[in-house]
Amino acid sequence: MKDTDIKRLLYTHLLCIFSIILSICIPSFFLENFSILETHLTWLCICSVFVTAVNLVLYLIVKPNASSKRSSISYKVTRFLKCCIYFLMSCFFFHVIFVLYGAPLIELVLETFLFAVILSTFTTVPCLCLLGPNIKAWLRVFSRNGVTSIWENSLQITTISSFIGTWLGAFPIPLDWERPWQMAIERKKMCRSFCVPGMVLGTVTQ
Amino acid sequence: MLRGIPAEYGDQATSSSSSLCRALRHSQKARNYCSQGHNNHRKTPKALMTGSLPGFIDVVRNLNSPELLEDNVITQAKAAGKRIIFYGDETWVKLFPKHFVEYDGTTSFFVSDYTEVDDNVTRHLDKVLKRGDWDMLILHYLGLDHIGHVSGPSSPLIGHKLREMDSILMKIHTSLLSEERETLVPNLLVLCGDHGMSETGGHGASSMEELNTALILISSAFERKPGDIRRPKHVQQTDLAATLAIGLGLPIPGNSVGSLLFPTVEGRPVREQLRFLHLNAVQLSKLLQENVPSYEKEPGFEQFKMSERLHGNWIRLYLEENNSEVLFNLGAKVRRQYLDALRTLSLSLSRQVAQYDIYSMLVGTVVVLEVLSLLLLSIPEALSNKAELEVPLWSPVFSLLFYLTLLVLSALHVIVCTSAESSCYFCGLSWLTAGGVMVLVSALLCAVVSALAKTFGDGKFLSKNPAHPKPRWSELDVLILLGTMGHVLSLGASSFIEEEHQTWYFLINTLCLALCHEIYRNCLLRDDSEPQQCPHVEEEFIRTAAALQDRSTGCDTLEPHGVSRSLTSLDTLRGYEKWMVLASPWVILTCCRLLRSLNQTGVQWAHRPDLGHWLTSSDHKAELSVLTALSLIVIFALVQRKCSLTSKVALALGLLGVYCYRAAIGNVLFPWQRDSKDISKGVIEARFVHVFVLGILFTGTKDLLKSQVIATDVTIKTVGLWEIYSGLVLLAALLFRPHNLPVLVFSLLIQTIMTKFIWKPLRHDAAEITIMHYWFGQAFFYFQGNSNNIATVDISAGFVGLDTYIEVPAVFLTAFATFAGPVLWASHLVSFLSSETSSGSALSHACFCYALICSFPVSAYIILVTSLRYHLFIWSVFSPKLLYEGMHILITAAICVFFTAMDQTNTKS
Repeated sequence: MKDTDIKRLLYTHLLCIFSIILSICIPSFFLENFSILETHLTWLCICSVFVTAVNLVLYLIVKPNASSKRSSISYKVTRFLKCCIYFLMSCFFFHVIFVLYGAPLIELVLETFLFAVILSTFTTVPCLCLLGPNIKAWLRVFSRNGVTSIWENSLQITTISSFIGTWLGAFPIPLDWERPWQMAIERKKMCRSFCVPGMVLGTVTQ
Repeated sequence: MLRGIPAEYGDQATSSSSSLCRALRHSQKARNYCSQGHNNHRKTPKALMTGSLPGFIDVVRNLNSPELLEDNVITQAKAAGKRIIFYGDETWVKLFPKHFVEYDGTTSFFVSDYTEVDDNVTRHLDKVLKRGDWDMLILHYLGLDHIGHVSGPSSPLIGHKLREMDSILMKIHTSLLSEERETLVPNLLVLCGDHGMSETGGHGASSMEELNTALILISSAFERKPGDIRRPKHVQQTDLAATLAIGLGLPIPGNSVGSLLFPTVEGRPVREQLRFLHLNAVQLSKLLQENVPSYEKEPGFEQFKMSERLHGNWIRLYLEENNSEVLFNLGAKVRRQYLDALRTLSLSLSRQVAQYDIYSMLVGTVVVLEVLSLLLLSIPEALSNKAELEVPLWSPVFSLLFYLTLLVLSALHVIVCTSAESSCYFCGLSWLTAGGVMVLVSALLCAVVSALAKTFGDGKFLSKNPAHPKPRWSELDVLILLGTMGHVLSLGASSFIEEEHQTWYFLINTLCLALCHEIYRNCLLRDDSEPQQCPHVEEEFIRTAAALQDRSTGCDTLEPHGVSRSLTSLDTLRGYEKWMVLASPWVILTCCRLLRSLNQTGVQWAHRPDLGHWLTSSDHKAELSVLTALSLIVIFALVQRKCSLTSKVALALGLLGVYCYRAAIGNVLFPWQRDSKDISKGVIEARFVHVFVLGILFTGTKDLLKSQVIATDVTIKTVGLWEIYSGLVLLAALLFRPHNLPVLVFSLLIQTIMTKFIWKPLRHDAAEITIMHYWFGQAFFYFQGNSNNIATVDISAGFVGLDTYIEVPAVFLTAFATFAGPVLWASHLVSFLSSETSSGSALSHACFCYALICSFPVSAYIILVTSLRYHLFIWSVFSPKLLYEGMHILITAAICVFFTAMDQTNTKS
């Protein structure tokens, strides 16, 4: 049981990373003058859409906690709507936090918001998929010694490493390298680059 | 002289603002330059008149301008019997007392005034120009600089001011021309600025905008062929002194490193040109001989000798009245040689400034490192329950190691000092002082070694005894440790130093979020887990009860019992209070965000519009008045809670006095007086407030002394400490610029919220609370609008309530106004710890932590700066930061002394 779980975990993580890579490569075939650095806003959108889709599909197929007692359609719909609302709320929540951290209030509002969206796709979406819209379960997972399964453990590691990656990614901002991408991209890159090893680490340590 | 004149003045293509200058430049009578100055904060015309480079320490000396004793053009002119008249900034009058036959000094400390200062100069102009009984007229206009300081370089006022300057220049020029028609002696009109203006309108740093300024020489003696349009050239500011001296026929000031601006003497015969160049070269080579031991090998000196020889040949030819073509060619060659020599000499002299006194630097670093390692080694001892920090300084004095080190050090000292080529500060000290320093170094070394041995011994002992469980680190402790390390590491990069405020804002935001996480986990998880963990709860209760007993008996453990201790405390809070606890981190975060947009500081984003600029602009005086009044009321409301009745009354009157003071100097308005323009210095009002500050501080001290003598009531001591704190708040309210009063309000608000809803319910230990206080103190240092740049120090705070410059109070007030954030947070820490915790060791823990956390970045920074001393930005970025750190550590030392005094009274009682 555990071995199969680990195998499935590994595959899901590999697919997630693959989807990020795909989101870099594929749009260049369809969109003109697409590059990560210059049209980073489009890339942000595409990337978040890709990752969300891959996550949803994966968790629907793998179903790590297939213990839904009721399966009426209305229950599923309300659950789905709840998830959407939670996702939006987390986006706004992250946006508020970025503004509190010093992002400008009015200018660059789109960049900040998209960054909030991508951070929530890296953190909130897996949580929603795995735990459902259940705040108490979330709090349990993210407090000490609250983890009960491998899936939750990997979730904890990836989410926390995303946050730490974002946090560390804000450090180079004062460096005056005079690059246009510093504000949004730098944070996000760091976020991703910390996310990915986090995932792998989560897989390996089990 | 025009203060703060930007380099573009004189060739602004756009407009009317300097039409005369352009006209003059095209009329072949003017020489246009862009002069480059040096990093120097305050406004002395010293570099201009002596021609020497300002050292960095001149920044400190600039605050007070004593008489200039160095050789300079003005003194030389006076000695030559020239009659000099001066109108403008009184700094000149202080620098050159008794030099001027007539003067009218204007004080430059009322930065908000930009018309009066200039009218004071201009009103004499007509009379003086008509009289013509003078040889030199110096006018120093301050208005432009003041506009820059108050409303920035893009202010519409600048255009008006430049136009006004233009008309004045025109007046002087026409009057000089009409005079020349009678006397036939050419006049020289010099228009120059001593510094430029940065993006924010300040100056003092080393950006191109601040260093580059216009220099225009206008004279009928200059000749230029029609159609010969020259672009403005870059010259050094120090060149002006040499040029003026030669132009006036005076000796060149001895320490001048400038070279003659050759185009000014182009119209003279070749013989005179060569003579001038020779004079300049002789002066520079003399200066080189004084400063460089191996001057003969310098390329500049060799070139000078060569050109001197050629000059001799030329004179021989000239006296023989040789063929004019040969003479002319040789003359041109000599001239070229001289100019090259001058340039090389000037360059190598300027480079001379950057020599480091490695030996003294090493000694200082060693002392600092030894103290730091002593502090680090005594962490376990000092933070234990006993909280005893005993530095065994006396016992090592009798050890062999001590005498050996002392001997080695003295031998080294003798060797280094006898063989040193350049001057060395430490060798210059008297033998007694140097000996004292060496005794200190070796005693500290011995203490470190003994502490090290002790730690290792204890470590072996502890490892044998596994019963001691390692204290678990909470997330907060990890964050604090990581934050401190990250901050120290960031000091290695110049951009991080320039933008240090970002680091601190980032850290306190993260701290707030971590606190938020802690609070939510404790509040929500407890509700969640209560039904399941019934058997555990009782156990928990027993544990916490035991912990509480421990606390009451005076044992404050470092070990954070994160969960257990907060469970009980949060339990007691109900309803409204609980919601306040949950909301408090967000309130604090919002406050920080608001403060952040109040003052943009640093370098990269300093030019962004901020609320502070919006408030200080003259259109928004009404808003500023309302804000000031509101802030003062809130300050009163927040501070008066714990004061005694007398100090409450004193505080209220004092805050009223602050408003009156601000109204008197014209920052804010009273609602009943609409348009009164009488701006005074507000000395009486400020002194009124000073009296109350002293009164409150006195009552506080009296209470403290009483609590020490009688030793019955703890509340007296608490009240006394709070009164001292409120006295400091009142002083800060007086010294802060009015748009900065919200900083004070928010700082008080955050302190109140943290005390009530975070520290008390969550029961952090003394070490954590101390470090949080330190972080917030640092962040508030930058919220005030300070940065690691000398230019942001508000010197006007040193003149509040003083008629004239008096050194001691002015320095004290400026230091307090600058470091108000850290000082206020530290004094809040003292009063909080002595009132809240019943444990005796909390204060000594806090003192130790405060000392450690302040000294750690400083010592790391000293090592970094020593290793980066050849960095490109060493003078512009690293050394101002070093000055700030030095000042900060002084203040920290004072705070620690206060801490220890409080602790002593505590143990006695």
